[in-house]
Amino acid sequence: MAKMNMLQAINNALDIAMGEDDNTLCFGEDVGHFGGVFRATSGLQDKYGKSRCFNTPLVEQGIIGFANGLAAQGSRPIAEIQFADYIFPAFDQIVNEAAKFRYRSGNEFDVGKLTIRSPYGGGIAGGLYHSQSPEAYFAHTPGLKVVIPRNPYQAKGLLLASIRDDNPVIFFEPKRLYRSSVGEVPEEDYQLPIGKAEVVQTGSDITLLAWGAQMEVLQKAADLAANDGVSCEVIDLRSILPWDIETIANSVVKTGRLLVSQEAPLTAGFASEIAATIQEECFLHLESPIERVCGLDTPYPLALEKEYVSDHLKIYEAIKRSINY
Amino acid sequence: MSSELYNDGPVVHKPTFIDGTSVEIPELKILKQDGSTYEGAELPDMDESLAIKTYKTLAFHRVLDERMVASQRQGRLSFYMAALGEEAASVGGAAGLKPQDMIMSQYREQGALMFRGFSLENFMNQMFSNEKDLGKGRQMPIHYGSSELNYMTISSPLGTQIPQATGYAYGQKLQGLDEVTLCYFGEGAASEGDFHAGLNMAAVHEAPVIFFCRNNGYAISTPSDEQFKGNGIASRGVGYGIKTLRIDGNDILAVIKATQIARKYALAENAPVLIEAMSYRLGAHSTSDDPSGYRTREEEAKWQANDPILRMKNWLLAQNWWDEDQEVALFEKLREKVLAAVKVSEKISKPHIDTLISDVYDEPSIQLKAQLEQVKAHVNKYPEAYPFTAGKF
Repeated sequence: MAKMNMLQAINNALDIAMGEDDNTLCFGEDVGHFGGVFRATSGLQDKYGKSRCFNTPLVEQGIIGFANGLAAQGSRPIAEIQFADYIFPAFDQIVNEAAKFRYRSGNEFDVGKLTIRSPYGGGIAGGLYHSQSPEAYFAHTPGLKVVIPRNPYQAKGLLLASIRDDNPVIFFEPKRLYRSSVGEVPEEDYQLPIGKAEVVQTGSDITLLAWGAQMEVLQKAADLAANDGVSCEVIDLRSILPWDIETIANSVVKTGRLLVSQEAPLTAGFASEIAATIQEECFLHLESPIERVCGLDTPYPLALEKEYVSDHLKIYEAIKRSINY
Repeated sequence: MSSELYNDGPVVHKPTFIDGTSVEIPELKILKQDGSTYEGAELPDMDESLAIKTYKTLAFHRVLDERMVASQRQGRLSFYMAALGEEAASVGGAAGLKPQDMIMSQYREQGALMFRGFSLENFMNQMFSNEKDLGKGRQMPIHYGSSELNYMTISSPLGTQIPQATGYAYGQKLQGLDEVTLCYFGEGAASEGDFHAGLNMAAVHEAPVIFFCRNNGYAISTPSDEQFKGNGIASRGVGYGIKTLRIDGNDILAVIKATQIARKYALAENAPVLIEAMSYRLGAHSTSDDPSGYRTREEEAKWQANDPILRMKNWLLAQNWWDEDQEVALFEKLREKVLAAVKVSEKISKPHIDTLISDVYDEPSIQLKAQLEQVKAHVNKYPEAYPFTAGKF
């Protein structure tokens, strides 16, 4: 075990992946010698050479198009989009190409070896274009997997699983936690399962569900509620697509209440999908309406970021609403 | 690593515009319409057997297109896209490559797949989206693909294959393979952002990819002078730092020669090549289109006189590699075969209901399996409404 922050854990996972397979490549804007604007790919060009870890021109649709071609050819590309806010020029290459490659060809071709890494989320005074959480757009696209880790241990294990998964995976990294989240991480190779949620705290009164950086906020709210004698079951969804309905439904059958929190805006966010499915699966067990604590339906603000975000106090209030319904 | 800009131009002290006319783009022509070759023309590396194979593929292409457009008019087929008048670009491109080279097409390049040996039955099964279609009946007619023949399955979005071809070729280079990728697209698709992305990245990352632009004058109804103002697509290659050739796209020998040269260069130098083949789409964009609404008969007639297949036939006759009896027999046999194949393929069953959810992922998720079971139960309840699948699972 070693103490690592999330960037070190991600760098370590990339190092393992590149070390085990000569056909694994890391590329994106400033990813080469500089090691990425957040330094996630630090040292990889020195170790594996410029042909396997390199800067690309500033063209997101090109980066993903190039990665799709590499994956179809049999290489294992790990493409970085510098900020999730800038993934949209590549939307067509992800949604119409990567996601449909296998299906449309009847499995003659696939891009299962593709992994897209991208820092997402707010809390860094990034305003509109360095703060977004675009997971719901991609969750609406059959053929993709969408994975989001909450801490360094999860980041390494889930990233290695994503790289080795035989489907295109978008791996969103909570950049607010890149350096602030520090934990024990095994130095050796390990994987965590894609498509499985994790119960991080058991409880009996209400189920709290989130993913990525929002897990830290959720835990804070759960601690506040515990002072009031409310027992919260806290779950990290980890995979947005496919998502683990069974674990969530089992928990809600037990607690009778569900709160879902996301950084992204409320309307048509992934929390809405979860709420719809869980009311179907657990209708007769629900003691109160499912609570969604999300960003407002506005672009991501700057000066008023604190007011905008779904922080621990907003979640704490929603817990009380649900319990006292 | 350097940020220095290469500049060997003169230094001036008054503003001096440059424009497209600063670059004169030569157009390669080898074969004349009467079957003779231009004096001093360098011929492609091609023996009699390659020439005959190429010609038979062109003939097959024309017959298949004729028959399938007719089938669509009869209501037997939902949709078709012919390549009338520009068959040489696709067939000649494949003829100039090695079988291991990847071909990534736009959609009007079935000729390349024919050259590689995709069977008549495979074409038919795709067009009739039946259970024998390699693509499992999921895409509209003409979206062919074959892993075995190194022909990437077509996708409808335009230009997406261009940066993919760059990535594919980069992988081939990295693994030290004796392979290149050839990427087809039209002059209209060259307006897409993916064109810029793909060409720029290919130049920067030194990928052995041949970008093959079929400039056929039209994007559906939009003529090329409403598509761009520069000197065609070739002028852009220069801007990206890519070796570029403009050729007569109706000249099969020029197409094969250019592709052979491009392949050699791309492999030897680890660098992309851009080919712009000048041609004309004599037919409609697709069976859903009617060109009489946007161009004149006179314009079409001018290009009918440039038929690439007749041009090659004239050359074969001049070589004494072909005669009129063979010509008649070939076309007659092809028409019979295509008609017979239509009759067989249109009767083959639609794909099994389980293929609704296969290949979305490597393995169907729990959710997908549950959704399929719901559909099956529903089909069983209302079998008359779902005749393709009712009673077949």
